[in-house]
Amino acid sequence: MNAPASAATGRPVKPFWNPLVAGIVLGLVLLLTFVWTGHGLGATGASTRLAAWLGNEVAPAATQANEYLGGMVEDGANPLPSWITWQVVGVAIGALFAAFMGGRLRVQLDGAKSVGSGKRIATALIGGLLSGFGARVAAGCTSGLGLSGAATLGIAAFVFLATFFASGLIMHRIIKGV
Amino acid sequence: MWPLNDAGAMSGLVCGVLFGYVLENAGFGSPCKLTAQFSMRDWSVFKVMFTAIVVAATGLYALELAGLLAIDNLFVPTSLVMASAVGGVLVGAGFAIGGYCPGTSVVGFFSGRLDALVFIVGLLLGTWVFAGLYGPAIEAVMSMWEVETGDTFMDAWGIPQWLLIAILFAALIGVFYAGSWFERRGRGPVQADEAVAGAGSADAA
Repeated sequence: MNAPASAATGRPVKPFWNPLVAGIVLGLVLLLTFVWTGHGLGATGASTRLAAWLGNEVAPAATQANEYLGGMVEDGANPLPSWITWQVVGVAIGALFAAFMGGRLRVQLDGAKSVGSGKRIATALIGGLLSGFGARVAAGCTSGLGLSGAATLGIAAFVFLATFFASGLIMHRIIKGV
Repeated sequence: MWPLNDAGAMSGLVCGVLFGYVLENAGFGSPCKLTAQFSMRDWSVFKVMFTAIVVAATGLYALELAGLLAIDNLFVPTSLVMASAVGGVLVGAGFAIGGYCPGTSVVGFFSGRLDALVFIVGLLLGTWVFAGLYGPAIEAVMSMWEVETGDTFMDAWGIPQWLLIAILFAALIGVFYAGSWFERRGRGPVQADEAVAGAGSADAA
């Protein structure tokens, strides 16, 4: 099979890291994060702040009156500047750099070839919606609650990981999303 | 004494860059590779996550034993069993259907995947739907089945930390053995060139 990424960056496609190596490095990054900040890595803390900020731009009255998001925007507060926002900006930079260096940067609608463009947009949107809602119920996602919480041997993290994988295994058999 | 409890932009950026760099190199920007865990074809998600959990948990324990780290000062999620279980079901379903979880969707988008941007739009919609429905009913469900005695297995049930880490170590070895067995049985892990070409490209070729 020819290396397809050459069309985007001209760089040869490098293989992914061995999972054991990737896991050890990820564990050390997580350890560094705990030692440096007192908490782990996350993601939906930032998307929730972005939702509050966008809501306040589009519908300020409704957002400020909202029981869940209102506290983040009250008295003209900007919810965006926070540690988790910087961390997610960092994730974007790190991923972009790794994808570029590895010859794996390619603009595409991934999954369009397997399920069709229209269905892929629908599955990505519905998957994101379920995930965004679920992460607010659990007050965390795979990174913030599952990975980081498990490293501190938190009960909630293992409950989350167990139902996360069970649900994914079952849902994968019902709907082909990608 | 650690943790340093730094909340500045620099620690956020540095930890984030490293996080994103590792996730992309592990192949976790590809929805094809991520969801291949659920068809048992590719066990990278289990292997990487489990290894990272064991390494970080062991590291925290070692630093605590060395007297360098106060483990009680680390953030631990509250042991809300119902909220975690329901959230896990929804995020797991979203992963299988959408191809990403929230963190990996950022990695997917910044390796060029437009479907990951659609997923991120979905994340915002899901957050607004939750905020719109938020009230006493949701709060009541979310606060069910809290383990009152503590948030960690040590605090809640007095299980020694070393024993928990030993169990995780044993489970890690099990994950690698079982995973590699399943991977040999099927088509094997999704390689970088297949991930870059996009889901479905190997079936067509």
